[in-house]
Amino acid sequence: MMQETTIDRPIMPLRPTSFPRERPSRTADDLAGRPPKISVDHLNFYYGPKQALSDVTLMIPQHCVTALIGPSGCGKSTFLRCLNRMNDMIDNTRVEGEIILDGRSILGPKVDVVALRKRVGMVFQKSNPFPKSVFENVAYGPRVAGVRGKSVLYEIVEKSLVRAALWDEVKDRLNDSALQLSGGQQQRLCIARALATNPDVLLMDEPASALDPASTSRIEDLIFELRDRYTIVIVTHNMQQAARVSDQTAFFYQGELIEAGSTNELFTNPARKQTEDYITGRFG
Amino acid sequence: MSQTAFETTAYSRRRARMSQAFSVLCLAATSLGVLVLILLIWEILWQGLPWLNARLLTSFPSMYPEKAGIAAALVSSLWLITLTALFSVPIGVGAAVYLEEYAQASRWRSLVQLNIANLAGVPSIVYGILGLGLFVRALALQRSILAGSLTLTLVVLPIVILAAQESLRAVPNSIRQASFALGATRWQTVWHQVLPAATPGIMTGVILAISRAMGEAAPLVAMGAAATFITFIPLSPIDEFSALPVQIYDWASRPQPEYHHVAAAAIVVLLTVLILLNATAVYVRYRYGKRIRW
Repeated sequence: MMQETTIDRPIMPLRPTSFPRERPSRTADDLAGRPPKISVDHLNFYYGPKQALSDVTLMIPQHCVTALIGPSGCGKSTFLRCLNRMNDMIDNTRVEGEIILDGRSILGPKVDVVALRKRVGMVFQKSNPFPKSVFENVAYGPRVAGVRGKSVLYEIVEKSLVRAALWDEVKDRLNDSALQLSGGQQQRLCIARALATNPDVLLMDEPASALDPASTSRIEDLIFELRDRYTIVIVTHNMQQAARVSDQTAFFYQGELIEAGSTNELFTNPARKQTEDYITGRFG
Repeated sequence: MSQTAFETTAYSRRRARMSQAFSVLCLAATSLGVLVLILLIWEILWQGLPWLNARLLTSFPSMYPEKAGIAAALVSSLWLITLTALFSVPIGVGAAVYLEEYAQASRWRSLVQLNIANLAGVPSIVYGILGLGLFVRALALQRSILAGSLTLTLVVLPIVILAAQESLRAVPNSIRQASFALGATRWQTVWHQVLPAATPGIMTGVILAISRAMGEAAPLVAMGAAATFITFIPLSPIDEFSALPVQIYDWASRPQPEYHHVAAAAIVVLLTVLILLNATAVYVRYRYGKRIRW
């Protein structure tokens, strides 16, 4: 007997990985006209005696996707983790320079790191849902921030899951363990979880590097949709991905920011030789 | 000269024989351990089972072996492990949480860590002498259950701390990072994420530590706390007490062979309780460990 299979959602076709891309990138003029959400000024970062970032200066415009690219160990993840002070958790680190978010410095001992992290959400390379239900995963951020009341939390959970394009798949299994979801669903759950604290900035550390192409494509679509609401900074090893999803690209090499500019320009007409060598695959 | 590479040579045959010999040697070592254990248990059961009856469980020690029982000792031992658990779990888990989640890597922390590991190896009789000086005399707790369980707490605390640290370390860092990145404080992260995930491991460690406390005679003897002739059921933590291993030790060292049978019967009871505790530990690990898979 034939087994009847039901497909509850259309399968997303894979998109070509090269230019011209189907999701238009913001132009250089558009980027220049936007207010800076985050501005990083002469940032130095040290793990003990080892300098991981030297003199990085970068503007991150509002409601744009900024991609950080570069070979392994170039400092792009370290840079990302400076933006929500996750490096604080590592013993023996030191930071110099200035990072301004919405006109206010986020470095220094007086900053409330907990409040900062509520505004600057983060999604990690390996999806790391808590070993709890789907609902509890998304509700965790608001809960620790003091939100009480099942109906309020439910509303936040639904909204966040809808925004993360996961609601339709999990709305009937909110009480199931999050660890039962597929890898791609887990990563979108982590995005939903980050959105639940209502941040304005979303940091993504290689969010799709552990996913299959179809899930990767869904994440990339999602990033594009989130762009109008959030300022997104994404670290990626995959240059095509940077080209597909970002508006601005910053190329890091050996702890230095070699070049930053609008994605269209950086990928078609890089100003520096090192950048060109990297994006054409000559090293890295 | 067409010799294939797969023919056996004198050398390869010797290597195969060596390999075989080694596996036989390992099997012999395993069998020896199991054999001794079976012999021990068989000997105990053979001696003790005929004497194991309801009277043994409900009577108090007596001058006449056929009237002697472990009622006081068994209840005392249950008192001891309950109080020991109550004292050692909060202190032990608290210390482990501090060392794993809060303390920064420093020379001081390594020093504390080293000392805890060393304390776990200190002979328990040493804790008995400490307990005698500190709890029995200085704090004037006399020879009470309280003094006994505080002393046993000292014995098992390093074990509990090490086991709890091990379980906390097994919680992947990505969970802590996810929690911090969502704006949780360190306390919220530990309380809502890390501790629940580490609980099965901590519980297993605690139960094994409690089993050890239950089997300890030396510290209780050294502090002179556990009496061997108690003819009442201890009802509060400040009562005098006995303990199963101490009672067994006393009976086993008497000249009358009948007492050896009573001791063997008491050992059967002690072993039963210990096996139950260990089975609980295995069950907890299995039952709760299954739900969490990273």
